[in-house]
Amino acid sequence: MSFKLNNRFKSISGFVLALGLLFANPILASQQDTVASDSAKVATTAVAAPAATDSVAKDTTAAAGTAAVASASSTTEAGAAAPAVEEVKQIDPQVYKNFTYYVLLFLVICTVIAVIGKVLSIYELTRKMNGRYNPFANNTFQSALLFIFLVVFLYGVYWSYVHWGAAYWRSAVTEHGERIDTMFIITTAITTFVLVITHILLMTFTFLYRMRAKRQAYYYPHNNAIEKLWTIVPAVVLTVLVLFGFFTWRSITNVPEDLQKSALQIEVLGEQFQWNVRYPGTDGVIGKRNYKMTTPTNPYGIDFNDKNSWDDIQGSEIWLPVNKPVRFHIVSKDIIHSFFIPDFRVQINAVPGMTNYFQFTPTVTTEEMRDRLGDYNYDFVMLCNKICGSAHWNMQKKVVVVTEEKYKEWLAKQNKYFTEDLQKEFSGKTANVKKDSVQVTASLN
Amino acid sequence: MSSTVISHSAEHHDSHGHHHEESFIRKYIFSGDHKMIAKQFLITGIIMAVFAMLLSVLFRIQLAWPDKEFPILEVFLGKWAEGGRIKPEFFLSLVTIHGTVMVFFVLTAGLSGTFSNLLIPYQIGARDMASPFMNMLSYWLFFVASVIMVASFFVESGPASAGWTIYPPLSAVPTAIAGSATGMTLWLVSMVLFVASQLIGGINYVSTILNMRTKGMDLWKMPLTIWAFFLTAIVGMLSFPVLVSAVVLLIFDRAAGTSFYLSDLVVQGQILPNEGGSPILFQHLFWFLGHPEVYIVVMPALGLTSEVIATNSRKPIFGYHAMVYSLIGITVLSFIVWGHHMFVTGMNPFLGGVFMITTLIIAVPSAVKAFNYLATLWKGNIRFTPAMMFAIGLVSFFISGGLTGLFLGNAALDINLHDTYFVVAHFHLVMGSASIFGMLCGVYHWYPKMFGRMMNTKLGYLHFWLTFIGAYLVFFPMHFMGIDGVPRRYYAFTEFAFMAKWVSVNQLVTWAAIIAALGQVAFLWNFFYSIFFGKKAPQNPWQSNTLEWTTPVEHIHGNWPGEIPTVHRWPYDYSKPGHGEDFIPQDVPFSQTMSSNLPHDFEGDEEAERIQAEWNAQNGRKD
Repeated sequence: MSFKLNNRFKSISGFVLALGLLFANPILASQQDTVASDSAKVATTAVAAPAATDSVAKDTTAAAGTAAVASASSTTEAGAAAPAVEEVKQIDPQVYKNFTYYVLLFLVICTVIAVIGKVLSIYELTRKMNGRYNPFANNTFQSALLFIFLVVFLYGVYWSYVHWGAAYWRSAVTEHGERIDTMFIITTAITTFVLVITHILLMTFTFLYRMRAKRQAYYYPHNNAIEKLWTIVPAVVLTVLVLFGFFTWRSITNVPEDLQKSALQIEVLGEQFQWNVRYPGTDGVIGKRNYKMTTPTNPYGIDFNDKNSWDDIQGSEIWLPVNKPVRFHIVSKDIIHSFFIPDFRVQINAVPGMTNYFQFTPTVTTEEMRDRLGDYNYDFVMLCNKICGSAHWNMQKKVVVVTEEKYKEWLAKQNKYFTEDLQKEFSGKTANVKKDSVQVTASLN
Repeated sequence: MSSTVISHSAEHHDSHGHHHEESFIRKYIFSGDHKMIAKQFLITGIIMAVFAMLLSVLFRIQLAWPDKEFPILEVFLGKWAEGGRIKPEFFLSLVTIHGTVMVFFVLTAGLSGTFSNLLIPYQIGARDMASPFMNMLSYWLFFVASVIMVASFFVESGPASAGWTIYPPLSAVPTAIAGSATGMTLWLVSMVLFVASQLIGGINYVSTILNMRTKGMDLWKMPLTIWAFFLTAIVGMLSFPVLVSAVVLLIFDRAAGTSFYLSDLVVQGQILPNEGGSPILFQHLFWFLGHPEVYIVVMPALGLTSEVIATNSRKPIFGYHAMVYSLIGITVLSFIVWGHHMFVTGMNPFLGGVFMITTLIIAVPSAVKAFNYLATLWKGNIRFTPAMMFAIGLVSFFISGGLTGLFLGNAALDINLHDTYFVVAHFHLVMGSASIFGMLCGVYHWYPKMFGRMMNTKLGYLHFWLTFIGAYLVFFPMHFMGIDGVPRRYYAFTEFAFMAKWVSVNQLVTWAAIIAALGQVAFLWNFFYSIFFGKKAPQNPWQSNTLEWTTPVEHIHGNWPGEIPTVHRWPYDYSKPGHGEDFIPQDVPFSQTMSSNLPHDFEGDEEAERIQAEWNAQNGRKD
């Protein structure tokens, strides 16, 4: 039975292999095809390009009167081009061919693996017939592979720490961020130590204690002393980390009230898919926002009945004065976003219906950072870090840290939210709004 | 219920006949037999795993080559990959459904459903589950949930795309994202059915373990697998209903205009009427399940590997009691750590500090388990079956992924790592790869029990190495992206200067993912081929101690042809000094192993101790 099965298997695998070989040529052919089609594409684009230049030439040579006609013709040309483009977009039969070739290629690989497997089992059978079969050969081989894996793994860890970790590491540029970095480094040291030690143990044990003919395992069901030791040691290490982390966390999130008030206040409103920044203006107070007042002219929903909002400034970017505490008020217009500035070690979600706060002090200006990195295009960036829809991946705002003077200079150039149009709208409305609000309160009563 | 099963099967075997041959439907489809239901769970789980894996390959392709066109994608995906490029919204659908399917359908139902069903009656010595009908119901609810989840790819607006955590308002407001229309509805319906399936299953597992153990099988003689399934079922029973309440409130918000989670919204210029709700409420409810869920996923895997490591090291599991107590510790603590997913969501920061303390405490029992595994391997006589390789892989992933939990559980460090690739790396290693490896370890080890045939070991090794190396190549680099501040669920890294350097790393990761995915073909071939053509299995292929290997290879209704064996000893008497063989099955009485009995084996039974002392004196054995 099994012999038959093997035969059948061989015939099937032979057939698949033959099939693969048969298509080996078409693979080459397809490459030629793709080259050909590529060159054809080049040709078509080359044809298209002169046409375009032609039309441009027409435009430039044409008199002012005929310019309109020329442009019209160019639009018709574009119109004619559009269906052509669609035709090109229709799936090329080559795509199916390529796909089939890849599938066949995979089948060929499978066949090769099957053949190797058969060869190995034949080898084993002959060893068995010669009486030289070592039943532990494969066991030893796997334990050796695990040991080799250990070496490669440890080297890989080292390599990635150097090339992806240290090389790309950018130190924090805020006061609290430096504390976070210290803690990060300590935690990394501890965890790396444990990772390396446990993996060395795991994969040397598997090598040292692989099964051998006349060995018996050591019957060792428990040892309370050791178990207590490795319960208590991690517990102590973790307690240290917890305390360290807890106090850092409290110092970041639990800012005394007077410091909260003396900081520069900035409000950031997230929406699909952009950030809006509001500086408080000369009075230092951010005006109220009422989402119900959102209109096309007042997309931010600022409540201009609150006089504090009249001087609020619309920031095109986020500019911050260096070494000055700043308190961000994070709000959302629609769904949850997350206000995240990696270099600052700052993140808090923007949640509709509530305001979240994050207070910090930037310590390095953008220019200093550029010098530090040797990259003169480098910018701090604030990005959205909570899934928020199709353009979530590109919802950013540049963050610039500058000296106090430059900051003031920049702020002076920014627009106010309370534009003239809005002023007109509101001066007309205020009377009505007041009536409305009276009515609303009356009905609530 | 149990008594009827027993008497029925006894009758059946007394008559030695098959006079009531089961119909095909009763045997293979609407089966009440725990072995068949386990196979149904496993095969459905494997199909869902392949499906979710393909989704992950699709979004990996997008991440590696964001500017390249793959016209073949348009052939398969149509309008979602127009011009051969995956659309951003579809990308989010892919990550959402990949996450949901992997966490719930593969690693919860596929893992726990398969092995709880297979091993609970077998290892505790029961004829079947406490309620075979509920067991069947559990599978079929799961099956319907799977079908609905996959069906969401066939609705016009696309599948759910708010992330597997489906935070409202994104998931509640269809205008915010296309996937929150019909796709989200299907997701919610599917999850309600899924939770019902899990609850029915869990109640069944707990009642079976508590009531139907064979004679002599007291709680401290249960294999660690059973302990793990038992505690997992308890965690599931206590936490899954909370997900249902979260989901039901979300359904109300979506369909009935309530405002449990919604307030102050202006979506696409439209002022919504909802007031007074809180998106944070949903996060609390979700993570009250969501965090225990990761232990629901990983504890069965730990239970399976405990068994496999002990068997293949030919050595008792080190610190059996400590292993059980750490499982209990994890079970209890898993309910009070959910807030660590919400440090930066605007939850009260002081509460964040408290959750940070509980979170780091849960690392202690986890560490104990890892060390106990190492101690079990120490001075063993290790046999590297494919199952054992996967078990070693699990220990490696559990350590390397668990350690990064120390960063994320620390609220201060989490500020910068929250929702970055660091998180992706962390949970894919510690609960993704580790649990999948636990599941595969279980499949390779118990395949002879399930199908009566052996799998091909060579293909097993090939599968292991491709998957093990692939998983590390895929997830290890992600740590560094996360440290650099690259957020997860980004469609492309092209718009940020600082992310440009990661595109080449993404290509490495994607190639590793593709090769590892193709490596799964070795498993699928092996699995399905061996069902029909594998070598016939012996009764106890791994020289294992637990009761399932005392049953005949051919499956019979009621598991044991005669009486259920009585249990006399714990399941880890491997390489006991003084005994001829290196294993003593649980049903071997101490009277047959006089030469290897130890004083504490008798648990203070003076009569037995006296007999042993007499025997020792006669045979010149020092006790």
